[in-house]
Amino acid sequence: MKILVCISKTPDTTAKIAFTNNNTKFDTNGVQWIINPYDEWYALVRAIELKEADSSTIIHLVTIGAADAEPIIRKALALGGDEAIRVNSDSTDSFYIASQIAEIAKQGNYDIVFTGKETIDYNGSSIGGMVAEFLDLPYVALATKFELSATKATITREIEGGEEICEVELPIVVSCQKGMAEARIPNMRGIMSARTKPLKVVEPVATESLTSINSFELPPPKAGVKLVPADNVEELVRLLHEEAKAI
Amino acid sequence: MSVLIFIDTAEGHVKKASLEALSYGSKIAEQLGTIAEGIVLGSVSEELSSLGKYGVKKIHHVNADSLNYLDTQVYTNVIAQVAQSGGSDVIVFSNNVDGKAIAPRLSIRLKAGLVSGAVGLPDTTNGFVVRKNVFSGKAFANVAINTPVKIISLNPNAYKIVAGEGKAEVVSFSANIDTPKVKVINTTKASGEVPLTEAEIVVSAGRGLKGPENWKIVEDLAHVLHAGLACSRPVADAHWRPHNEHVGQTGIAIAPNLYIAIGISGAIQHLAGVNRSKVIVVINKDPEAPFFKAADYGIVGDAFEVVPKLTEAVKKLRGVT
Repeated sequence: MKILVCISKTPDTTAKIAFTNNNTKFDTNGVQWIINPYDEWYALVRAIELKEADSSTIIHLVTIGAADAEPIIRKALALGGDEAIRVNSDSTDSFYIASQIAEIAKQGNYDIVFTGKETIDYNGSSIGGMVAEFLDLPYVALATKFELSATKATITREIEGGEEICEVELPIVVSCQKGMAEARIPNMRGIMSARTKPLKVVEPVATESLTSINSFELPPPKAGVKLVPADNVEELVRLLHEEAKAI
Repeated sequence: MSVLIFIDTAEGHVKKASLEALSYGSKIAEQLGTIAEGIVLGSVSEELSSLGKYGVKKIHHVNADSLNYLDTQVYTNVIAQVAQSGGSDVIVFSNNVDGKAIAPRLSIRLKAGLVSGAVGLPDTTNGFVVRKNVFSGKAFANVAINTPVKIISLNPNAYKIVAGEGKAEVVSFSANIDTPKVKVINTTKASGEVPLTEAEIVVSAGRGLKGPENWKIVEDLAHVLHAGLACSRPVADAHWRPHNEHVGQTGIAIAPNLYIAIGISGAIQHLAGVNRSKVIVVINKDPEAPFFKAADYGIVGDAFEVVPKLTEAVKKLRGVT
């Protein structure tokens, strides 16, 4: 079994969001970078669990990023990937990124491609579906459970107000969310071995971008909370009804 | 030329998110001086022509048993055929569970730039620029789509449903339909509940409730408000409430008109999932709870006293006894 896990570098959840260059660039000053939580906690950890169940499983990681993405990919290797590929590009267009991942996936002939359900910075939820289309493979989005029996996957996915369980023959592309696995932290042995695991750097294949970000904006600041005394909830209901028109 | 809107159904009924997509797509058609058309896959139990009141002139219906469940490859192939036969320039999805599964595939198939998570109408004064949420609701990006065909998936609750008059012409489209590779074996739905991502009002509670046995007051409030029920991460992790009620960074992201947070301190990870709510009410006995900074209205007080009173006050407003 060969699994490819897509890893993205994102600002830490608590990072201050600000922009520079006339609001066209994300201000990375002082930002802590992490593995996109959905890629790490759900996609990667589920892949590691599958390897623990079948030790012949090979896990490759792929990231599209500049050299500054390497600490993130080393951490992913410390958690349990076998080898990593970094495609040397800092593009943010999902078509471009998915093209690069699809290229790596074609060369590696993987049985499963896992992605997180979205990144916490661009919130595109697009890469999994795009890679699946490039590879002409089935795609299940927003998976909450993934079980394997030989070459058949049984996958639970979120639907509005419930869930749907489906069966698919491998190979497949799956985007992962909460429920797939529980978060882990790398252990010392993992951290030590990650230093010597292969991290291959490849140049991107020539392709285009279909979208471009013109500018960023911050939402207007909240006016501030209007406090209502606890013994006058009728006033809160009145405000919600008459002022906010929310009920 | 046309704007094509994907109409998503569940158990034969058109989802609310699709009514938003229809209203949004019809407005774009008006903006571009073209017509809006819809596409429905699989069997439906509603009169499709009545969707004309949301502004669509024509609905392409592709009906086959194999389309009653989502296989993204099969769906993409059918939608692409309809889009290409009608020369659609703009294709609109809701950025809901199915839109997230299909739109990216279609983007590759048609080589059409995709903006997912749109929150406003495109600006067409100079190119085609769509505003979307980024950084988990903490900012917006204005994204230019640079391809002749454009795909937009609209965030749920980001555009108001506009219903007017009119009937749509329903045409049956005969498409080449592949055999699904994804075989759905079971679907479970929590019956009678308002799906969280579609709820106009969400009532949510956290550790301040002290234990699962105390949820009745929250459920009562949700009931009188016809609200969806949600919870914070520690509550889901402690199994006080099911995981599908967990809203926040790692749970479900929601954007209701009204979000009422009871006994939730408002950690940044929680805010990331709810900060797109239009109005936020926080009820917490700790005046220092960080959530108050993100709230529009607040009550500093004991949930066990405040919430039942709030339920009664809402009943009074709504004339329920």
